[in-house]
Amino acid sequence: MDRVKLTIDGRAVEVPAGTTIYKAAKELGIDIPILCYMDLKDLNIENKPGGCRICVVEVEGRGNLASSCSTNVAAGMVVKTNSMRVINARRTVMELILSDHPKDCLSCAKSGNCDLQDMAVKLGIREIPGQEYAEMSTYRLDTSPSIIRELDKCIMCRRCETMCNDFQTVGALHAVNRGFESVVAPAFEMNLEHSPCTYCGQCVAVCPTGALTEVDHTSKVISALNDPTKTVVVQTAPAVRAALGEEFGMEPGTRVTGQMVSALRQLGFDYVFDTDFAADLTIMEEGTELLGRLTRFMEGDEEVKLPILTSCCPGWVNFFEYNYPEMKEIPSTARSPQQMFGSIAKSYFAEMIEVDRKDMVVISIMPCLAKKYECQREEFSVDGNPDVDYSITTRELAHLIKQANLDLAKLDSDDFDAPLGESSGAGVIFAATGGVIEAATRTAYEIYTGKVLEKVDFEQLRGMEGIRSAKVDFDGQEINIGIAHGLGNARKLLDDVKAGKSQYHAIEIMACPGGCIGGGGQPLHHGDASILKARARAIYAEDRDKPIRKSHENPYIKKLYEEFLGEPMSEKAHELLHTHYFDKRKKIFQV
Amino acid sequence: MSSVKIELRQDQIEKIDSICESFGNQEGELINVLHKSQETFGYLPAEVQEVISEKMEIPAAKVYGVVTFYSFFSMIPKGEFPVSICTGTACYVRGAETVLNEFKKQLEIEVGETSTDGKFSLSCLRCVGACGLAPVVTVGDKTYGRVAPDDVKEIISEYLK
Amino acid sequence: MPVATLTEIPVKKQIRIALRNCGVINPEKIEDYIVRDGYFALGMVLSEMTPENAIGVIKDSGIRGRGGAGFPTGLKWEFASKSMSEQKYVVCNADEGDPGAFMDRSILEGDPHTVLEAMALCGYCIGANTGYIYIRAEYPLAIARLKTAISQAREFGFLGKSIFGSEFEFDIHLKYGAGAFVCGEETALIHSMEGLRGEPSLKPPFPSESGYLGKPTNVNNVETYANIPVIFLKGAEWFSGIGTEKSKGTKVFALAGKVNNVGLVEVPMGITLREVIFEIGGGIKDGKGFKAVQTGGPSGGCLTEKHLDTPIDYENLIACGSMMGSGGMIVMDEDDCMVSIAKFFLDFTVEESCGKCSPCRIGNKRLYELLDRICTGKGEMPDLDRLRNLSEVIKDTSLCGLGQSSPNPVLSTLNNFYHEYVSHVEDKKCQAGVCRDLLEYFIIEENCVGCTACARACPVGAISGERKEPHLINPDTCIKCGACLEKCKFDAVILR
Repeated sequence: MDRVKLTIDGRAVEVPAGTTIYKAAKELGIDIPILCYMDLKDLNIENKPGGCRICVVEVEGRGNLASSCSTNVAAGMVVKTNSMRVINARRTVMELILSDHPKDCLSCAKSGNCDLQDMAVKLGIREIPGQEYAEMSTYRLDTSPSIIRELDKCIMCRRCETMCNDFQTVGALHAVNRGFESVVAPAFEMNLEHSPCTYCGQCVAVCPTGALTEVDHTSKVISALNDPTKTVVVQTAPAVRAALGEEFGMEPGTRVTGQMVSALRQLGFDYVFDTDFAADLTIMEEGTELLGRLTRFMEGDEEVKLPILTSCCPGWVNFFEYNYPEMKEIPSTARSPQQMFGSIAKSYFAEMIEVDRKDMVVISIMPCLAKKYECQREEFSVDGNPDVDYSITTRELAHLIKQANLDLAKLDSDDFDAPLGESSGAGVIFAATGGVIEAATRTAYEIYTGKVLEKVDFEQLRGMEGIRSAKVDFDGQEINIGIAHGLGNARKLLDDVKAGKSQYHAIEIMACPGGCIGGGGQPLHHGDASILKARARAIYAEDRDKPIRKSHENPYIKKLYEEFLGEPMSEKAHELLHTHYFDKRKKIFQV
Repeated sequence: MSSVKIELRQDQIEKIDSICESFGNQEGELINVLHKSQETFGYLPAEVQEVISEKMEIPAAKVYGVVTFYSFFSMIPKGEFPVSICTGTACYVRGAETVLNEFKKQLEIEVGETSTDGKFSLSCLRCVGACGLAPVVTVGDKTYGRVAPDDVKEIISEYLK
Repeated sequence: MPVATLTEIPVKKQIRIALRNCGVINPEKIEDYIVRDGYFALGMVLSEMTPENAIGVIKDSGIRGRGGAGFPTGLKWEFASKSMSEQKYVVCNADEGDPGAFMDRSILEGDPHTVLEAMALCGYCIGANTGYIYIRAEYPLAIARLKTAISQAREFGFLGKSIFGSEFEFDIHLKYGAGAFVCGEETALIHSMEGLRGEPSLKPPFPSESGYLGKPTNVNNVETYANIPVIFLKGAEWFSGIGTEKSKGTKVFALAGKVNNVGLVEVPMGITLREVIFEIGGGIKDGKGFKAVQTGGPSGGCLTEKHLDTPIDYENLIACGSMMGSGGMIVMDEDDCMVSIAKFFLDFTVEESCGKCSPCRIGNKRLYELLDRICTGKGEMPDLDRLRNLSEVIKDTSLCGLGQSSPNPVLSTLNNFYHEYVSHVEDKKCQAGVCRDLLEYFIIEENCVGCTACARACPVGAISGERKEPHLINPDTCIKCGACLEKCKFDAVILR
């Protein structure tokens, strides 16, 4: 590739042609401030509207300043990133942005973790001239079950729009209006609830301000823990343990399972359980369903619907209910691990400890925003009492732990409670893309072939490619498996299936990049695949360290079936562990 | 943006479908489809945009994003007699603002609104290319040149008969 | 709606190239155009010239884009011709959005074939077979005439396959704008053609590399195209003989405002503002004094007495703090308040900013607010420094040409009429008598007969005085409703 020599702040640098000034400066260790620009390089997503104009630099011979994020280098270019003209312009632009931004930093959900705030600090903003008579753009607050849109704080960086459209192909958010009134919003500026939003939370994960945040349930959790009449049960999703440490300054990929359990116990939860247990249960149900459909298919049953699609990911469920309602019979009817857990906790376990379900509060710690919505679905409640009362994110848990003056790193390791705290390695890997289908394969293989699976690691199912396909040998029977993470990839895969272009027996889909480890409720990964990969490594390491690697070998799962459920797919299992899907396509404006 | 809630009849939905089809349901023809639809319905209520979104497989948010970008598109039905005041520079320096204020006062509506009886709506135009007649006012297809605030009452009365 | 006819305006000092056929031929008859050598240039170029040679003619003529920035047209064509692609496009920007300019409309309505011919010529030069005219939906007559012209041209074989028996094929379609000034910017225009929000994007890539649907695209405006056939007919040398060293040919201006003759004028580059305003325009209306002339549309600048003898060309106008723009020329007299004028233009920019970049989206709003404060008597001296800094930063940092030029009206009035700003801020006075909040109603003692009509009409009892004695308005109580002035039959009440 051609290389280009240029000078930045008096220092020479040589970079490949086509490099932006911003990236060339980085080579020299010069960090030009950016705001709207976002490079999720490992996801092939670059948000480069050149809109905020914070990253402007002076280029010799050019009349106006250039936005360094979107201007390519040229041979012999002389760039100044720190002239007084640049600094004055950058500060003035920042003052302008802040003049149209609320000043409630003290109680803003993003405070301390806000790109805009950081930039104000960096640029030394001390006053905003003319603020007292500056009109500010105001919008209606939108509170959905998962996401709060406080658009007064939107700076039109367009990152959420890019994620929602280019990466996820959900199309819930788009720039609307013009000029001072322009903002990113759903159609007709309705609430997200009336849009195709899946609550995947990827918009929240990239928002540089407090314009998009999760619905915070930590105060609800505190009330529940503070109520002596309630038995409070907590479950933690597999992905949480691989990322929670980052909120406490640990390296990405640090496993904090034991410390997390310890923290939850100190916070006062009566029972600290593991969603991984319910993941094992999911495999029992989903795996059995898969085998049932497969067997019928092999026997020539033409009615049988293949491929089977996983249904653990609530963002994905929301996506197909809106986009592929005609295919709603294809996904597994198995509820997600979160909901299976809630259902079992408030029946089997509640009976065991003789607590009325109304006096039990089930809290889930999830890497996910869609889980907040999922646990509020009507079908997941009994007489108005939800199976899972509140779902909080990894980030919210970190806040709770910090509020309790606990330093995660210094806590001793502790173990989950029995019986719903025990899990196999298969339950753990649900957190990473390809994990659910790998877990299912471990169990399905043994049941289908009647043989013991010697090598449980299916490397061909792992990885970070957006769409993957692999073949698994079931003792002479080849099983075709498709895997997608990110809803845009899911759409491509689904469209191929719909068009009859691909023949899969089973497909795993996760809405978020990397699977749950890159969920909308996780510590922000900024699209850095190295962070996602580190988290995945932690997950697979935990799997390896587990004495039991297959869901059907989990003794507490066996006991649950013996004592309570009977067989997988039994009538009771159907009632407690399965669900059905809805056609949501027609529900945008006709509400 | 709020708009009056309407119920589209089957034949109206089919009309929108046929407009989309006449442009091959091509995403790039969205603006042409919106033009034709506004010609047909007089404005672009959310319901119409939604049918277009479905038919052309463009997210409704994007259709709405386009509609709200261009001032020619309106989500509010225009009055029976749409009054437009040219606020181009030539008209401005010749007093368009005072004429506009007089219309606001007489019709008791703001720019972009329609009078409660549905008779008049008020809008501003950016130069109709008749600077020689500044300031210019149009009501429907009729053009009035060299309008003074004193003429406003008379112009309105023409349409009240 | 009638377009002001050229006959109203003295033809002396005018040279008609772009407007040569307007008002002369019947625009709905292709035969009329042909009689005036129409499509002759196309036939000649197709049979006698290679695309390279033809581009050479355009380059030699020195013609520059008439839509705004004045980029050399020949160079633009050359870039597009050198971009390798199977599919290229020729686009005509007819989204004339400058308030106070309507030359494009006049050409499209009066001489549509010249644009078609020029686009076909461009198609031959750059290697494109498809053209689009992006036209304002607000121009129904122009649209109708273009449709007629296109079908006639197809019928006559000037559009379609094997034009003039050559290998060359070319056809033209219409695309409609929908009311967004920013779509005059070529990247925004292309996004709009693609059915998107008309937001500009960063250049490079230039449309000549990646334009409509990602293909090499040449965008010129109507007036530019209208010059093309004549350049081929009369030669580059003839064309470059008109105008100044760096600005060749003529420019059409829409002369409006406080001049006696208003309408379109086509004058050679290098003519002075004085000649246009006082000789062609017939001087200031009602014998009032000249104060300023605003050129270049809403983001041009207000020029003053001292600029009247500057020869008009691209460079000189920019040097004066204005620009050529699309050719709006609004004349202002002593009754115009320059702060209000700047505010008027900023009001326009605020409404037309696309909202994509922060300096334009928020900065112009803040400029407007500052100007509004000054016009309503709330301004303070530091506001003037803020105005200047903000204007300079918006120009320096905005994404596209709109924001890069929108502060021009503020800067040019600050530079040329600083004293007016100061008197608004320090003395709370608007000499031109435009800013209502800075005016007071006053009774001239000599004229007042003491009829008490004004005092009775005053809704707040601000007027005192005995019957048959001169009355007095208490400025602290007065709400400036103007009732007294309306009631007074003796011209005793004035605004000052």
